[in-house]
Amino acid sequence: MKGVDEKEYLAPGHRACAGCGATIAARLALKALGENTIAVSATGCLEVITTPYPETAWEIPWIHVAFENASAVASGVEGALKAQGIEDTNIVVFGGDGGTTDIGMQSLSGAMERGQNIIYICYDNEAYMNTGIQRSSSTPFGASTTTSPAGKESFGEDKFKKNMAAIMVAHGVPYVATACISHPQDLMAKVKKASEIPGPAYIHVLQPCATGWGYSPEKTVKLGKLAVDTHMWVLYEAVNGKIEVTVKPSQKLPVEEYLKVQKRFRHLDEEHIGIIQNFVDGQSKQLGLSE
Amino acid sequence: MVVKVISSAEAISEAVKLARPSVIPVYPITPQTKISEKLADYVADGELDSQYIRVESEHSAMSAAIGASGAGVRVFTATSSQGLAYMHEPVFAAAGMRLPIVMANANRALSAPINIWNDQQDSISERDSGWIQLFCETGQEAFDTVLQAYKIAENPEICVPVMVCVDGFILTHTVDPVELISQEEANEFLPPFTPVNAYLRTDDPMSLGTLADPGHYLEIRYDLEKAVNASKELIEEVGKEYGDKFGRYYGLIEEYKSEDAEIILIAMGSICGTIKDVIDEQREAGKKVGLIRIRSYRPFPKEALKEAVKDARLAVLDKDISFSVGGALFSDVRSSVNNESYGFVIGLGGRDITPDNIEEIIAKTENPTNDVEWIGLRE
Repeated sequence: MKGVDEKEYLAPGHRACAGCGATIAARLALKALGENTIAVSATGCLEVITTPYPETAWEIPWIHVAFENASAVASGVEGALKAQGIEDTNIVVFGGDGGTTDIGMQSLSGAMERGQNIIYICYDNEAYMNTGIQRSSSTPFGASTTTSPAGKESFGEDKFKKNMAAIMVAHGVPYVATACISHPQDLMAKVKKASEIPGPAYIHVLQPCATGWGYSPEKTVKLGKLAVDTHMWVLYEAVNGKIEVTVKPSQKLPVEEYLKVQKRFRHLDEEHIGIIQNFVDGQSKQLGLSE
Repeated sequence: MVVKVISSAEAISEAVKLARPSVIPVYPITPQTKISEKLADYVADGELDSQYIRVESEHSAMSAAIGASGAGVRVFTATSSQGLAYMHEPVFAAAGMRLPIVMANANRALSAPINIWNDQQDSISERDSGWIQLFCETGQEAFDTVLQAYKIAENPEICVPVMVCVDGFILTHTVDPVELISQEEANEFLPPFTPVNAYLRTDDPMSLGTLADPGHYLEIRYDLEKAVNASKELIEEVGKEYGDKFGRYYGLIEEYKSEDAEIILIAMGSICGTIKDVIDEQREAGKKVGLIRIRSYRPFPKEALKEAVKDARLAVLDKDISFSVGGALFSDVRSSVNNESYGFVIGLGGRDITPDNIEEIIAKTENPTNDVEWIGLRE
């Protein structure tokens, strides 16, 4: 891609599954941020696959402590940089959806409310993939996971995904955005913008997961594109709370196009697909993407 | 020389100010809060140039301390009881990551029932975390120990965090004269921190807190065990260096009239003041009683203890309980020396410990009936 940093800050040779979307998210984000960056990881896929001691895939300084506290660790790193008078270094946090929307919610809320100058990136694969595809509060309605399995009495997950971006906007975070690994320019522009706006930033990146969603690994980018084209995932940014859609798909596909290619949704009947379509239509209208 | 009549909480804060930590992440909890409040005052008044982070929990206090220490600067935090329990997970991580964090713990009972008063169950429950734990008897010792703690923790051969333990309320909220040292003296004793083993610098990237599989974990834990053991010598050395400079000497243990004692009490923290008074009285009455105060609970001073107890009969006082086996200190003493020894659980949840209680313990050690006794239980 033109104008993109050719240097790799997340080295190849890590231990991700074939078709991993998390590493695409991290790779693109780091290209947008450059070498003057310190990364903090929550426990999760990205941490596990990139740092099997004594190896590391991180070409920039990196720290991991635990699952729920990445935002607090980043707050400490920020304090240390401030104390040393270092002003030109980005601090980026990578947390999965479990580490962000569930167990990491408190420390994230604290860091955002305090206005810590950190860029928090949630790489959302919509379940606890590292531990074997368990349901998180970011798991979408209808998805079958190992703890919300579809069965005779169950159609899978019965709640809609937690709206993290809205929660972050409610915190008064000056820059909040959604992104998807299928739209690299949009993702990188947002990460760059996040680094330029003083104060905290939150970017929620949807990243398809071949292992957890049940599709063939070469289709990761295509799945992301389908999520955007069906309006299942709307790409927008909120600068000081003002929401603007950044990617308008040329045509809106029915959600079924997205659902039917994934094993986790394959059990859904018309009624449940209809519920999802209604939800998506409402969300799309609310965000100003469709009439 | 400046002498101030202050609480241990303030004495600790004065020492922290002299140590000049770059980052102070804290969360309020009784009875620790007096320390964080004082530090906030210093920062607000421009007396201390630190990044004071008002985190949203103790878990985050320790996590931010790890982040800052990992980034290579000196860090201080403080906690108590439920707060320490809540940060249990990153407390282990701090030691495992070999970060020289210094934390004060105002010792307080653990729930349930909820109780804000003093015992030592909180820090003792973190004894296996890999932290060095130093228990103080007085405000003066708390002041002196904080400065020594940094020197111990930051030694490049050690790199182990240090918990400075003071009895909640009994020390944190009562005043005593404390002799302070000057900033110049502090700077000379404790130079600025320069990390050599772990840091987050863009010109020399490093990954901290990586995943270690069964092929590596055992060795990494063994390295920590070696460092904690090696810190015994350093604690003595730093105590001596401090003593030579400022006239107050500290080591792993303090021996009080135990040289020729037939019965030796073993205890930690402020209770030792009461014990010393009782020993003085009993000595006057011709009884050969002494005290060994454990200052360093971790590393446990096995060798020093072995040498000090000779063949005396031992009475071990615990302000904590490891259910069904007696106090934790008692277990440690029994596994370290072969002397006839008895355990006494006392003062849990802030129950007053009187000289009568100590006399009762001595009498029960003279004529033992049980291995472990709870002292002061109401009928």
